[in-house]
Amino acid sequence: MSDLIPAWSLTADAVDSIALPASWPERVTREWAIGASTGAGVDVCILDSGVEASHPLVGGLASSVAVVFDGDEPVVVPDDEGDVCGHGTACAGIVRALAPDCRVHSVRVLGSGATGTGDLILAGLRHAIDQGHRVVNLSLSTTKRKFAELLHELADAAYFRRTVLVASAHNMPVESYPWRFASVISVGSHEESDPLTWYANPDPPVEFFARGIDLDVAWLGGGTMRCTGNSFAAPHIAGLTALVLAKHPDLTPFQLKSVLYLTATNAGGLA
Amino acid sequence: MSDELRRAAASGLLGTEETHRALLQSIVDTARAIFHAKAASVFLLDEDTDELVFEAVSGEGEGELIGVRFPSSTGLAGWVLVTRQPLVVDDLTADPRHARQAAESTGYVPNALVGVPLLADDAAIGVLSVLDRPLDRPFSTADMDLLTMFASQAAIGLDLLRRSRRARALLEGGAEGTAGAVARVAALLERADDDGDGLRLLEALERVLRRLD
Repeated sequence: MSDLIPAWSLTADAVDSIALPASWPERVTREWAIGASTGAGVDVCILDSGVEASHPLVGGLASSVAVVFDGDEPVVVPDDEGDVCGHGTACAGIVRALAPDCRVHSVRVLGSGATGTGDLILAGLRHAIDQGHRVVNLSLSTTKRKFAELLHELADAAYFRRTVLVASAHNMPVESYPWRFASVISVGSHEESDPLTWYANPDPPVEFFARGIDLDVAWLGGGTMRCTGNSFAAPHIAGLTALVLAKHPDLTPFQLKSVLYLTATNAGGLA
Repeated sequence: MSDELRRAAASGLLGTEETHRALLQSIVDTARAIFHAKAASVFLLDEDTDELVFEAVSGEGEGELIGVRFPSSTGLAGWVLVTRQPLVVDDLTADPRHARQAAESTGYVPNALVGVPLLADDAAIGVLSVLDRPLDRPFSTADMDLLTMFASQAAIGLDLLRRSRRARALLEGGAEGTAGAVARVAALLERADDDGDGLRLLEALERVLRRLD
């Protein structure tokens, strides 16, 4: 019966039933958060242009699907094209480098330049959340206002289902989504070269800064290329998130964001 | 007042292609100068064919590449368009496929590229790229801020060109709607000697239309 009643209030006799584990350390350190973690058991979804599964820096995929239009309807189909431009492969390589034992899934939502991306991003994100992936990397955004409300609802749904959405901040003076939503973790670039340096931003909407400048990323055809872009900062935080969740699988997105904050370089994370 | 209106209507249709082209050329020239680059270019997305088309080029390829087109999702400009995210790449010659594609399509093989999507309202309409800037230091976040601000100006220029072409195609394509008729009248009025005939004609037309209303 209790399952049928929405938990929008708490009766006195139910307080004991929601006792929370009180295993938080006095000081949340990086050692507590990610020490010795390899991301094992955590499903990370790359919502992007596809991923080149055979790339040595990607190290294989747990699953790969594409969202394509069937008439006007976006549908999820098995992906047999891989990566259409290289962007998703670059992001997957960064996640894998940080969390070598996580399970990487690819959902391809980016295609040709002329294709509207909003519908595909929405359908792809819905699929990723339905699959129960714990982390979804979104190094992409849509500027289409009409998709903002639906994306917002999906981002909130993910938040309550313990799926952490990590989104790159758009580097341009335009309104775009979903990185601006409070229910996602938004990431911009800092100018340092350490993949384990990340900063919490006291002045959002960008919440964290991670490595995104002048780094070698996986490139189509098995090689690497030196690149710069906020697109590459987000998967650093996605990889870190996988490391945290592998050690502390019960964390909610709210708690996870707090852990990233408490262990950020500018919050004494290295101390 | 009627003279001003006539001029406004005519100027919306005459000479805009040249003006917008000059604007885009100025944008790529300036982008190239700001970043001390060997070349800069603006691509427009042709939605009908799903291709990117060179619209303005400064430096290497200037005068030869205008109108050259390639599939919108290929190459680095395609990456930028598809992802709608800026991209900086510094060692392109490490990718032999890129070098071959570039050589085949443009004859110029850059080693470094900065690409920014050009966004108009809710659409990615093209790409601004800056090629072979000096590599003595990494492209900084301040460089990126400058380029993206500049790209928003380029996007407005490209959007103007796109809109004027659409309007022209509509009018010249025999679209015999009100817009076509108005355009032809506007063009005739602009050419006519300003002896008041045009104005009298318009006033007569207005009287007729008011009776019909």
